[in-house]
Amino acid sequence: MEPLLSILIGVLVAASVYLMLARNLMRFLFGLILLSNAANLAIFVSGRMTAGAPPLVPDGLDEPVGVVANALPQALVLTAIVIGFGLFAFALILAVRAYRSLGTLNTDEMRVAEPKEQG
Amino acid sequence: MSWYLSLPLILPFVTAIICYLLRDRAIGAWISVAGSALGLVAAGVLMALVLDHGVVAGQMGNWPAPFGITLVADLLSAVMVLITAITALAVAIYALSDVNARHGSLGYHALFQILIAGVTGAFLTGDLFNLYVWFEVMLIASFGLLIINGGKEQIDGGVKYVALNLVSTILFLMGIGLLYGQTGTLNMADLALKVQDVENQALLTVIAMMFMVAFGVKAAAFPVFFWLPAAYHTPSFSVSAVFAGLLTKVGVYALMRMFTLVFDHDIGYTHTILLWVACFTMVTGVLGAAAQSDFRKILSFHIISQIGYMILGLAIYTPLALVGAVFYLVHHIIVKANLFLIGGISQRLTGGSDVYKIGGLYKSSPFLAVLFLIPAFSLAGFPPLSGFWAKYVIVKASLDEGLWVVAFIALAVGLMTIYSMTKIWAEAFWKPHPDGIEPKLSALPGRAALLIPVIFLAVLTMVIGLMPDPFVEFATRSSVQLLDSTAYITAVLGEDAIAVPVPDLDDIPTTEILEVEQ
Amino acid sequence: MKSIILIAGSRLLVALLVVFSAYMLLRGHNQPGGGFIGGLVAATGFVIFAIACGTEDARRALRFKPTDIAAVGLGMALFAGIMAAIWSDAFFTGQWLFINATPEDKGIPLSSVLIFDVGVFLVVLGSVLSIVFALEEEV
Repeated sequence: MEPLLSILIGVLVAASVYLMLARNLMRFLFGLILLSNAANLAIFVSGRMTAGAPPLVPDGLDEPVGVVANALPQALVLTAIVIGFGLFAFALILAVRAYRSLGTLNTDEMRVAEPKEQG
Repeated sequence: MSWYLSLPLILPFVTAIICYLLRDRAIGAWISVAGSALGLVAAGVLMALVLDHGVVAGQMGNWPAPFGITLVADLLSAVMVLITAITALAVAIYALSDVNARHGSLGYHALFQILIAGVTGAFLTGDLFNLYVWFEVMLIASFGLLIINGGKEQIDGGVKYVALNLVSTILFLMGIGLLYGQTGTLNMADLALKVQDVENQALLTVIAMMFMVAFGVKAAAFPVFFWLPAAYHTPSFSVSAVFAGLLTKVGVYALMRMFTLVFDHDIGYTHTILLWVACFTMVTGVLGAAAQSDFRKILSFHIISQIGYMILGLAIYTPLALVGAVFYLVHHIIVKANLFLIGGISQRLTGGSDVYKIGGLYKSSPFLAVLFLIPAFSLAGFPPLSGFWAKYVIVKASLDEGLWVVAFIALAVGLMTIYSMTKIWAEAFWKPHPDGIEPKLSALPGRAALLIPVIFLAVLTMVIGLMPDPFVEFATRSSVQLLDSTAYITAVLGEDAIAVPVPDLDDIPTTEILEVEQ
Repeated sequence: MKSIILIAGSRLLVALLVVFSAYMLLRGHNQPGGGFIGGLVAATGFVIFAIACGTEDARRALRFKPTDIAAVGLGMALFAGIMAAIWSDAFFTGQWLFINATPEDKGIPLSSVLIFDVGVFLVVLGSVLSIVFALEEEV
């Protein structure tokens, strides 16, 4: 399972780099979202896979029975997803605003803050 | 113990909430000032505690390290928290005049306090994932502050700032994942012990490089600094002052923490790369500044070149060099924030920030000119101001190591810094205003709130410059702590963590660790 | 978009989702659920309402500004952490109160963790809605 997921992470990173090299801001954002998913998967795989054993404590006991999956990476990934969700929602609104006020999503044409030299 | 550590974090959050709920009233700005003042007191108490007891650690929610979230303050963390609180108070006072009611009601003061909480949290945390969370708190608040004006320029700068900083945090997150896969822990003190047992040291170096790139983007190091000059000159002056003072320094701090505590397994490789990164950062920053004519753009590029000095101190990795890096870090926050604040006053007086289109400040407002000269000369490294000692220590450390080229670059960059400062001086201050305006300081409305923080920070620069002994001694102590992580690790994990010659942590029952903590 | 079917359906759905979100919030301590999921479910309810009847009505139905809700939620979560000071425990140590506890049964357990979760619920509800409303009104 781990090698398969590692390859998947690689594919995701490759796809995201391809997208992020585009000049279009939306494509860049999509690439960023893919990259963040790749990072989350990397954390998940780092915790080692344990199939079919959710880390739940049965009723009336103080600790789980037998071997269960590592719960920490799941908690980390959940936190990372939540934070990522907030950031990308913000970035999306920013992209919409940028399109409204600058009239373009092409990053090459975004030169308001860094105007070209005269002459 | 834990409350001394959490109070500098709780106070800005509480202030932020009150500020937000009262955002439509004028009192919001004053609450921000009061909260910052309380935060300064809390940071001072923490500093005193660390000076007395050495490294202080606290476990949040009473979960023992390395399982829970640990807050740690060693001398470096404590001084960074203190200097953050000082800058926060100065900028909060400045904002009384600089931030108008409309921005206030959009939540400026709340975002500002959350930013301060994020910065403080990043300095205090002893857990790598928690550091990531504080980075994000800081980022979200800074995004908001950057585009709160909503003008074209802010949006344009904001897009670049947001995009590149998001890439860096994702890289950081990936590095965290890989490091966790190798060591099974994210507590920094625990990591420092566990990385020694990692079999695949080459992979560890790869992970170290990921962290270097991620923190390098935050610190605006060469070659990943482009977001900084694109964004820092767009928001209001109080925002860019706090950005310039604090945000990049969090990146430098994270570099210093990780590359002294955790990634010191292959210094010959990682720190050599850091050395060249530092040199290129210094040179590109100062050359970029020479090409600019906008007050804030010049200063923005100078942030980059000064970041180079700090990374240089870390890269040389001798006790003396780290003394220089710590000293530089503290000195630069004060000086750079102050220069941005002065830039704001000069724009108000002269009506512009392009130095070729303004002037006459020296003739009409000589007091402001003096206030500008202090941080400007300090930045360039004139004796006896604070920047001189910072540069002196770093250059001496590189000469001691026989790094002649590096020392030469550091000195040459200092010379170029004078060139840029002279340009601002000659154009904005000395020559008469091209439109014949007489920028009189006495005619400026709300000038008390603008001038008090500037004077305060200038006096601080003078004090550090004229009485460097206690500060150098302090920096020496903190660099000793950085190089010898024993105190840090035992404070977090308990006395037994290192005392056993062969690390067999599994044999120590967790209850025992708990008792030591209490 | 005005669709009579969606408007009629949304009345039922919104109420159901908001009640369900409270259920998710309360079962969260020992079972899957909790403040974050609950907040998302509640936000979904209001988002459906906003899509069916427009953001103006949704804002009115919410009564408070979404960002205010988030700020209050943040305050509650923080309060849950600071509460530990009263018992002189470390920041964010969970405090428990067992009502009608007997040696065999824990009775009704109340804790500062629940306050924290309610805070998270409000933060998520408030911030998600402020983002969604902003996007809805932008388009």
